[in-house]
Amino acid sequence: MRDMTERAVSQTATREPQGSRARALLKGARDQFLRHREASVLIVALVLGAYFASASDAFLTHANLVNIWQATAPSAIVACGIVLLLVSGEIDLSVGVVAALSPFLMHYAIDFYSIPAIPAIVLALLAGTLIGLINGFVTVVLKVPSFVTTLGTFYFITGVVLTTSHAYPAEIPASVDNAIGTWLGAGDWAHLAWGLIIVVIFHVVLTRTRWGLHTIAVGGNPLGASESGIRTGRIKIGNFMIASTLGAFAGLIEAFRIHTIDPNLGGGTGLMFTAVAAAVIGGTALAGGSGTIIGGALGALVLAELQNGMNLIGISANPYFLILGAAILLSMIANVYLTRLRRGGRVGR
Amino acid sequence: MDGDTKRDVLRVENVAKRFGAVTALSDVNLRLGAGEVLGLIGDNGAGKSTLMKIICGFHRPDAGRILVDGEPVELKSVDHARSLGIDTVYQDLALVNELSVYHNMFLNREPVFLGRFLDNRKMRRLAREHLADMGVRIPSVDVQVAQLSGGQRQAIAVARSVYSQSRILLLDEPLAAMGAKEGALILDLVRDLKARGEVSILIIAHNYAQVLEVCDRVNLLQHGTITFDKETAKTSVQELTDLVVAEYRAARQGSAGPAGQ
Ligand SMILES: Nc1ncnc2c1ncn2[C@@H]1O[C@H](COP(=O)(O)OP(=O)(O)O)[C@@H](O)[C@H]1O
Ligand SMILES: [Mg+2]
Repeated sequence: MRDMTERAVSQTATREPQGSRARALLKGARDQFLRHREASVLIVALVLGAYFASASDAFLTHANLVNIWQATAPSAIVACGIVLLLVSGEIDLSVGVVAALSPFLMHYAIDFYSIPAIPAIVLALLAGTLIGLINGFVTVVLKVPSFVTTLGTFYFITGVVLTTSHAYPAEIPASVDNAIGTWLGAGDWAHLAWGLIIVVIFHVVLTRTRWGLHTIAVGGNPLGASESGIRTGRIKIGNFMIASTLGAFAGLIEAFRIHTIDPNLGGGTGLMFTAVAAAVIGGTALAGGSGTIIGGALGALVLAELQNGMNLIGISANPYFLILGAAILLSMIANVYLTRLRRGGRVGR
Repeated sequence: MDGDTKRDVLRVENVAKRFGAVTALSDVNLRLGAGEVLGLIGDNGAGKSTLMKIICGFHRPDAGRILVDGEPVELKSVDHARSLGIDTVYQDLALVNELSVYHNMFLNREPVFLGRFLDNRKMRRLAREHLADMGVRIPSVDVQVAQLSGGQRQAIAVARSVYSQSRILLLDEPLAAMGAKEGALILDLVRDLKARGEVSILIIAHNYAQVLEVCDRVNLLQHGTITFDKETAKTSVQELTDLVVAEYRAARQGSAGPAGQ
């Protein structure tokens, strides 16, 4: 039974004209590249690393590596949620301000309502989950495009953060300014560990579970997915909840790292834009149906390396945005081109 | 007729369905006997796909009822209908381009281990065996569905439903995107299934010759209701063509009355 399909394969293989071995090799390399989109981002990350290491002795010092992964982790964590959402055909513009909100909620809970440390942290995370649920509900049930829904929640939550905090930073509450804080971001290794754990978990979720498969199906063919019996609304709402919870978590570890609760965390939109940029550079298509978590994390690493390295070799921060813009445009063009390649199965069509 | 009722695996009684101002189905009565192949024909927009989507639990009817094995059922979802043995090949195929052939074949009924992890190895093996079994030729079950031809995609969609071991199979224009050879493959498949007698099939098609070739009976859907019901042995391509042309003429003369009998 099985060798029938295999026979069909070998037939097409032998039918190829003589002397096309080089072309077959090229095609093989291209297929590998298409299949492992992450590899190209990894190469970019390594080349950048090698360049900055040769240009500045400080780049590979322990202290600087800590800087790099501390800059990478929050955007990589938020990018995990953004990738899931983009793959299912939605977006969340509010994750960055959810990150600003969650440490404040922890602070209010502990300092104003005398809630113990761990429940207060859980509460801050659950508030993120709830915001995701609301985003998902408005998008899926009330059928408002997620771009608009989350633009609304973005401004709304910004307002909540600024009014309740009077736009002043707050101190980390004493009851969490201890081992809890160290584990949750103040320690040198915390960002690296959390970043790796979360990226690995969501990579497995996207590539190895029904949830991930259905996320791809919902983004790739919404009608077909629901005709197959997949509850597409549930998948989308779930991904909004994941994205927002991860936003809240990223906000917490950032607050512990900088040891302040900042109402303008990441400039309000910074974290969200960095995460979307990381996802896009990592090969996630905005149209839905394809994307990779590892790619998004590597995208975050590339961005962190760029910012850090340029700083080290004495280039002002401003050209960073030139490079970031160019990187996003190039990645998107590559995405479109590669998708067309994949669809057509051939070059030049 | 009454004696047959018990042997009908599927009955549709007085089903109606509107989409806003559009009445897709006004009053549909239809029966499908055990092991029978029923052809459903009708113009574009007659409501064939809508009827099929009601039977498979995708849409809920505004009025009327569905009986499976003589029992009235309220189909709550596609999964619910599937649990009763009703499976569908949709007109749009419901394939996800971005996914591999084997993931598409098991979409929403993926075998898992530890409760939630995809058993890719098992899916790959079963998909390969099953497609070979059916004589469907594709380069590999690992390729993305986007890379396949229209006919291959159609074959995958049909294979998926047949594989589910349903008792009632609904095929919405399964021959639409197919070349002659691939069309013959699907028709052979329908004949094989019929010979095994385990499954009853409702098939929507536009090619009357092919309908007459594989079906036991033909129904014509016009203006949201069944206007013609005959055994294939007692009708012809000519008669079916005349019925539809008559409808077209009547429509052009501005009279909306039902054509045929
Ligand atoms: N989901 C829907 N929403 C609104 N109108 C629909 C929908 N599905 C079908 N229709 C309308 O119902 C009518 C019947 O459509 P359909 O069942 O697809 O016809 P057929 O399959 O016979 O070509 C058409 O007028 C179509 O536009
Ligand atoms: Mg149709």
